Amino acid sequence: MSSIDNTDILIIGGGPAGLKAALSAADQGARATLVERDPHLGGQLIKQTHMFFGSKEQYASERGFKIAETLSLAVTNHPNIRVLSNTTALGYYEDKAIALEVDKRFFVVKPEALILAAGAQENTLMFPNCDLPGIYGAGAVQTLMNVHGVVPGERVAMVGAGNIGVIVSYQLLQAGIKVPAIIEAMPHIGAYHVHASKVRRMGVPIYTSHTVLAAHGRDCLEKITFAEIDHNRQTVSGSEKELEVDVLCIAVGLTPLTEILFQAGCKMVYITEFGGHVALRNETLETSIKNVFVAGDAGGIEEASSAMVEGSIAGLTAAANLGHGLDSYAVKLSEAQKELANLRRGPTGEKTRSGLQRLSLAGEVAS
Amino acid sequence: MSEKTIICRCEDLSVEEIRDWIDKGYRSFDEIKRISRIGMGACQGRTCRRHLVMELARASGKDPSEIDLATFRPPTKPINFGAIAGVDQDA
Repeated sequence: MSSIDNTDILIIGGGPAGLKAALSAADQGARATLVERDPHLGGQLIKQTHMFFGSKEQYASERGFKIAETLSLAVTNHPNIRVLSNTTALGYYEDKAIALEVDKRFFVVKPEALILAAGAQENTLMFPNCDLPGIYGAGAVQTLMNVHGVVPGERVAMVGAGNIGVIVSYQLLQAGIKVPAIIEAMPHIGAYHVHASKVRRMGVPIYTSHTVLAAHGRDCLEKITFAEIDHNRQTVSGSEKELEVDVLCIAVGLTPLTEILFQAGCKMVYITEFGGHVALRNETLETSIKNVFVAGDAGGIEEASSAMVEGSIAGLTAAANLGHGLDSYAVKLSEAQKELANLRRGPTGEKTRSGLQRLSLAGEVAS
Repeated sequence: MSEKTIICRCEDLSVEEIRDWIDKGYRSFDEIKRISRIGMGACQGRTCRRHLVMELARASGKDPSEIDLATFRPPTKPINFGAIAGVDQDA
């Protein structure tokens, strides 16, 4: 077993939250180590070819992969940041040591502070033959196409009319692939109107109040059965339809990746709006364990712009806890918190605001 | 062609098998994990955990938030013994 030179702050995850956490901590004078499982930094941003909304500070009108390039370059060139790519955090141990697998070798690091920015995993659906080859998560299909340049098949049915389902459907169409149906269990389309109307204009039917009943195929997916459901989620008889497809894409939400926080002993609470169990934390994103922070989707499913601001808040505060950048901390923190509140305004922020309210109630019960 | 609904791909378990264990009286995440190995494969429960919580919630009439999860043990992903022992992979 080998150990890595101790670092002030260990950041797990090189996506939007982790990159910003590393930059803001390092700018305050702390030494940060950023670990990323993939060979490249950027997380999900590297495959996002659509433009961002939000404010100018959060890269509005820029495309996701461009934001990833800008932030990755800044992180790589920062004298206070060490980047470990091809590195997975394996576990958090009682003596506050974190085990890492770096290029298939085992290391242990004992940071003064930890920021968990591991992101989220895709949810799956259960139905007969849901394990047939050809059934993918929508994020996986986006990676295949936009990172590796591989088309997943010829005819793709999408499950889920939220932003991910609709944006990936559009990108499939751009790649010349047929999308004969988007199937959504809710009675309404969850995606932003601008994305949904684009795929509708291109002739893709969106079946709301519908679900997949079964997949069929010998060695791989050949056909699906789907049907209308009523408000009790029961199949409306006679509404069953068959559709020949070689790919079924599942975009039914994400679950925060939190194993390391459970292992660290953070107080965890189940918040439906956030996609599952998340850590209780204060307004600086510090969990119930001193100097253990969470940022981005790992703390509750939201989106990349708010993940970046959360990363900054966690990075600034972790640095301040270790005595770095105390002069500018209060001003920078309050700017970032204002920015976050702005991003969460309006109807699109409603789910997050409701989740935060439940989180704060759970925090009062726990304390 | 089988028409099984797989809940845990790593351990090749169908949701019917899990419902049988629940019917037999195994009502906690930990009990079902120990009797069936659900969630103990390569992905460490990342795919099935959510589904098992829902099955347990439905069977007991509880809210998913009331279902206790099993302990999260390291390592979070499969790793070679050689790596832990510090053996050079190329040797």
